Amino acid sequence: MVLVLALGDLHIPHRAADLPPKFKSMLVPGKIQHIICTGNLCIKEVQDYLKTLCPDLHITRGEYDEDTRYPETKTLTIGQFKLGLCHGHQVIPWGDLDSLAMLQRQLDVDILVTGHTHQFTAYKHEAGVVINPGSATGAYSSITYDVNPSFVLMDIDGLRVVIYVYELIDGEVKVDKIDFKKTPATTHSAH
Amino acid sequence: MIADGVEDEEKWLAAGIAGLQQNAFYMHRALDSNNLRDALKYSAQMLSELRTSRLSPHKYYELYMRAFDELRKLEMFFKEETRRGCSIVDLYELVQHAGNILPRLYLLCTVGSVYIKSKEAPAKDVLKDLVEMCRGIQHPVRGLFLRSYLAQVSRDKLPDIGSEYEGDADTVVDAVEFVLQNFTEMNKLWVRMQHQGPAREKEKREKERSELRDLVGKNLHVLSQIEGIDLDMYKETVLPRVLEQVVNCKDEIAQYYLMDCIIQVFPDEYHLQTLDVLLGAFPQLQPTVDIKTVLSRLMERLSNYAASSADVLPEFLQVEAFSKLNNAIGKVIEAQPDMPILGVITLYSSLLTFTLHVHPDRLDYADQVLGACVKKLSGKEKLEDKKATKQIVALLSAPLDKYNDIVTALKLSNYPRVMEYLDSETNKVMATVIIQSIMKNKTRISTADRVEALFELIKGLIKDLDDAFHDEVDEDDFKEEQNSVARLIQLLHSDDPEEMFKIICTVRKHILGGGPKRLPFTVPPLVFSSLKLVRQLQGQEENPFGEEESTTPKKIFQVLNQLFLQCAEAANDCDLEPVAYEFFTQAYILYEEDISDSRAQVTAIHLIIGTLQRMHVFGVENRDTLTHKATGYSAKLLKKPDQCRAVYACSHLFWVDDQDNVKDGERVLLCLKRALRIANAAQQMSNAARGSAGSVTLFVEILNKYLYFFEKGNPQITVAAIQSLIELITTEMHSDSSTPDPAADAFFASTLRYMEFQKQKGGAIGEKYEPIKV
Repeated sequence: MVLVLALGDLHIPHRAADLPPKFKSMLVPGKIQHIICTGNLCIKEVQDYLKTLCPDLHITRGEYDEDTRYPETKTLTIGQFKLGLCHGHQVIPWGDLDSLAMLQRQLDVDILVTGHTHQFTAYKHEAGVVINPGSATGAYSSITYDVNPSFVLMDIDGLRVVIYVYELIDGEVKVDKIDFKKTPATTHSAH
Repeated sequence: MIADGVEDEEKWLAAGIAGLQQNAFYMHRALDSNNLRDALKYSAQMLSELRTSRLSPHKYYELYMRAFDELRKLEMFFKEETRRGCSIVDLYELVQHAGNILPRLYLLCTVGSVYIKSKEAPAKDVLKDLVEMCRGIQHPVRGLFLRSYLAQVSRDKLPDIGSEYEGDADTVVDAVEFVLQNFTEMNKLWVRMQHQGPAREKEKREKERSELRDLVGKNLHVLSQIEGIDLDMYKETVLPRVLEQVVNCKDEIAQYYLMDCIIQVFPDEYHLQTLDVLLGAFPQLQPTVDIKTVLSRLMERLSNYAASSADVLPEFLQVEAFSKLNNAIGKVIEAQPDMPILGVITLYSSLLTFTLHVHPDRLDYADQVLGACVKKLSGKEKLEDKKATKQIVALLSAPLDKYNDIVTALKLSNYPRVMEYLDSETNKVMATVIIQSIMKNKTRISTADRVEALFELIKGLIKDLDDAFHDEVDEDDFKEEQNSVARLIQLLHSDDPEEMFKIICTVRKHILGGGPKRLPFTVPPLVFSSLKLVRQLQGQEENPFGEEESTTPKKIFQVLNQLFLQCAEAANDCDLEPVAYEFFTQAYILYEEDISDSRAQVTAIHLIIGTLQRMHVFGVENRDTLTHKATGYSAKLLKKPDQCRAVYACSHLFWVDDQDNVKDGERVLLCLKRALRIANAAQQMSNAARGSAGSVTLFVEILNKYLYFFEKGNPQITVAAIQSLIELITTEMHSDSSTPDPAADAFFASTLRYMEFQKQKGGAIGEKYEPIKV
């Protein structure tokens, strides 16, 4: 059982002061094995904070990030799953499932995690899952109104991943979950 | 009935005056012929007119004044008489034979005046005698005027220090005693008026009382003029006696008037030194007395005193004026829980002004006052009472005026809390006041934190508070407001570029919440502040912060660009086409002129395309122009792969799912073909440069885009086109000169898998995919 935290679009300090206290109290160091962050932190302090939660931190660059050294996309393998990470402002139309699916194919990953729209979404299709963990601070977005703070926690176990989404709605943390099973890997046809 | 009454009064007054004048005539005749007996007889008759009960105080006064004038002549006569050898003691005795008591007493006072002047007896004895004798008149109006007469004639004959009437036996103490006694008796008479007569005439009586109040107050005035009264005597004797009378009379009108009188008549130093005693009297007053006004006036006087010269300030500290006043106010408010909010705020307002004058450097005091205000306001709804809100505005403006510096006011932690209780109209008024104060004083707000605090304060202007969409905001007012915000933005400045950048970001955050109506006003000044910052950074030879640090012109332009695009989106959501177009234009101009770093360009292009793609507000022409430009920019990016990707991203500009009129299949295809051409060129360049073809990734990406539009039903994307593209890729991948690229391979493979999968889906999709050979 491997826990992966997926979050992003915090926009600290420009659009938000900090993570909601209820989230902060849940995110305790030592429990999570990997953190993947879609981007738009925006300052180094946030990166440092995330590092205290878990040393294995992966970040991709959002258009407001101050550190320009983050990559545009990133892939990593956790257990049997290949995960892809990208902020998402590069994928046009923003939030469009098919275009995101294209990126997923391009990166050749089972789980694609992107952000930018500040809205939590999770789509399952034959090749995998496309997840958007939303904005962890509920920051203002020109794309989405009424942003609720949210983040995603993935529990990877063999060929199965359970995706828990935590949303802060009206001051209460609500949890939802999605299951995904990966079909056993077929050998890719090499040319 | 009233009209009749007035008419009657006029008649009686006329009758009284006539009678008076007639007797005065005879009295004059007697005076001229030195006929003492006749003079006394006629003067007594004349004075009998003052025995009337029929006149209101106002009219009685007229009668009284005429009598007064005549008595002056009589007094002169008496003086002459004593010189002619008539004994004053005998005279004093003689006048007491007058038949009626009121004339008798007037005559006695007149003689008494001469008596004191003659110094045949100590002043204090005569005065004492007179003040006691006057007790004979218990009718309020008559008694008050009689005693007033006594006060008037005795005024210059008090045994004050340095006066000719001071002697071994007579001292200022006696003078004080006399005046205090007269005052006490007069007050009693005055209060008694309240309870005379039927209840339904209460209002009339109260009016009459207020006409008479100066008679009573005059005594205090006289006391204040007595030079011999020093601080000690005031503290030991005068004030306690006066306050005793005030408190004990238990009369609302008297208490209010007299407390105010005390405050106005005696010097401020005295008040400071007797603050305890004075403030201690307040809780003992009748609950209906308007204490807050009196207290406010006291504080006002003390404030002015403090403002008059800096030397007196230590005194204030010494007597701990602030804490005493604070406590007193607290007690008063506690004792009157029903005090309307206006009263509370008036009190605190005065206290705050006092604090600002007396302890200008004690921010904590000012904060305390505001805090107490907040406490009292808490638990109440937003204020509806216009007067109360006006007072709050005055309360909040006071620190601004005094400190001349919003920065100091920002340090008062309770300041914003008080503002929260204002309704949104007043909030805006207050915000405007704040901005004006800043502009007037040219205060520089130079840190992001302060900007944050400031914008919190003026948030009423920056955005719509709560959900109250006050429907009719006057156009001109709105413009004025927003312009003042714009000017404020100009004043936010720090010389440190880092800090300035933070300020810009803070401002941006706030104004973005303002909605499209406000953005046209607030964005330009922010833009220009940013551009100024850029200039400043350009001027520096090397970037002193090094590359990793945050603030560079590049960053700022990115910020600006994003700002414009976000504004455009906001305008889009409000269906304001011209506004949105304007913002896009600005964004484009910025892109053309100022974003030259290639990486920044790529990001900017993505943002432009992404935003433009979401716009639904544009008409065909506008949309065309913008799209055309966007595609143009895409094609001009530096690196071919970037170009390619941007161009195929532009294809989405011509096809938007939820807008039926934006489904131009041809233009989509054109874009994709163009992208293909660029990809080809990229391949060739790579061939030429490295002797081997570059990766086929771009082709696979374009293929995926073909599939996207194919699925969406773009008739221009034919199976044949897809087929040939697949072949092209396969060929390229198998050719000798290609560089093996596992990522591209995997991508292609997963794409093919996807197509298979779609085929097997069946239905419409399956049918579409059927003809494609994978």
